[in-house]
Amino acid sequence: MNEDAVFRALADPSRRQLLDRLFRENGQTLTELCRGLDMTRQAVSKHLALLEEANLVVTRKRGRDKLHYLNPVPIHEIGERWIGKYERAHLGLLSELKKNLEAKPRRNLGVNPTRNLGTKRSKGR
Amino acid sequence: MNKNGFVYTTYIRTTPEKLWDALTKPEFTRQYWSEVWHETTWERGAEWKMMIPDGRTTDSGEVVEVERPRRLVLRWRNEFRPELKAEGYSRCVFELEQQGDMVKLTIVHELEQDVAKSKFIEAVSNGWPIILSSLKSLLETGEALEATRKWPKGK
Repeated sequence: MNEDAVFRALADPSRRQLLDRLFRENGQTLTELCRGLDMTRQAVSKHLALLEEANLVVTRKRGRDKLHYLNPVPIHEIGERWIGKYERAHLGLLSELKKNLEAKPRRNLGVNPTRNLGTKRSKGR
Repeated sequence: MNKNGFVYTTYIRTTPEKLWDALTKPEFTRQYWSEVWHETTWERGAEWKMMIPDGRTTDSGEVVEVERPRRLVLRWRNEFRPELKAEGYSRCVFELEQQGDMVKLTIVHELEQDVAKSKFIEAVSNGWPIILSSLKSLLETGEALEATRKWPKGK
């Protein structure tokens, strides 16, 4: 998946507005999505194409209608890539600190603040 | 497809055969799908159940279509929560499509009857994105995401 395409698609307020509309009501046609919007049909169509390219919107046929569905999976993948990873490092560090502080008092707590940063998650479950 | 369902897709750097196994075999699903597994023979018309670690069945139904490694269709009803069970059966379609060195996985999940504001669809649509991210992570890096490794305690 092209991460750049996802960030680019999300960088535009009109496109985020379209995603919000699909979040409220999934499976809309272009005509339904245009309703009440201050954009031309062409502009909406262009935005939808970009969202589809970024895999944030998926289309399916229903009879002659083309329905648009919100696909939040790329946002989860970005969340995992850009938030989960860093968060985990901090959490690992905190739990190590806690373990050390709760262990018998020692001079050197043995916490190495860089130890968990940038390392892969441990294998095994 | 009806409006009251959803379509999720993700692109995974793997082969259709590997992805198929990851979707169907217990040793894989347990890793990225909160320890659940499918109990079925994966033959057309076979009974299908989704099991959790304490041995309970959360969902059940049947295998409607099976075409390894391209297409799998399940008839699927929740057995766990009365309000979800009341909405009846859903249809869950898995499509696997090779695109270059990636496989495009599409999941379409919808109720057989078009229920407005379906609680079943809300429940499964909250679950799929994280499960799919974790499946992708497992196949591409060898590790599932932390959040999906264990069945939540007390559920």
